[in-house]
Amino acid sequence: MNRRDALKASSGTVVMALAASAGLLRPEFAVAQEWNKTAFDSKSLNEVVKALGGTAAVESKDVFFVNAPDIAENGAVVPIGATSKIPNTESISILVEKNPNALSATFTIPDGTEPTISTRVKMGQTSNIYALVKADGKYFYAVKEVKVTLGGCGG
Amino acid sequence: MADPMRIRAQLAGDKIDVRVLMAHEMETGQRKDAAGKVVPAWFIQSVSATCNGKTVLSAQWGPSISKNPTLAFRFSGAKVGDKVVVTWVDNRGDKRSDEATITAAS
Repeated sequence: MNRRDALKASSGTVVMALAASAGLLRPEFAVAQEWNKTAFDSKSLNEVVKALGGTAAVESKDVFFVNAPDIAENGAVVPIGATSKIPNTESISILVEKNPNALSATFTIPDGTEPTISTRVKMGQTSNIYALVKADGKYFYAVKEVKVTLGGCGG
Repeated sequence: MADPMRIRAQLAGDKIDVRVLMAHEMETGQRKDAAGKVVPAWFIQSVSATCNGKTVLSAQWGPSISKNPTLAFRFSGAKVGDKVVVTWVDNRGDKRSDEATITAAS
């Protein structure tokens, strides 16, 4: 993304996110970093990649899921872990395709931290999940289907 | 003020294994109450972990993270006795910060 695109996006959050990921902001400001609403409102992998400032993501065998189940009995609590073997991994995002909004979380990985994270997400229904990795400014992903027998959104 | 987080930071080899359990409703904004009104979204938006003044992980979360979120990650460059500080901020502006001391592997 060049400067003109960044200005065009003009939501401010994008610029902030870029500035933060480029290390222009000091770490103590990272907490106050503005929440990327555009990305969290996105409905698909491609939209999320664009909202995060990329153009397209390619599937990669160097991105793995760890702990992610094939079948989740309870969609309210689905453990998801993701790891990346791609050098210079900058961030890892978790997406659930069929949730009302696809993006669940974006983790920024500084130097010295292993590009492996795990957390728990809610899934409304059986869906593909994506682990989206940003490395050297490029986006890579892995995909896996998780079957849900009891939904976690709504009630 | 929200309930404290439970944080475990343990030395594993040359890395620090950090596990965090936060107490938070993580309301999605999709659910309706008995009267049919939408329950407003209430969720943690950003999380950061620091050790010795250096950020070791930061994250932005959406409402689809599970209630009482957990988080696990590993980093290097710290020793037993150092403190890991985890801070979250939710979409109402509530904030909570807790710390744990790195322990040796048992």
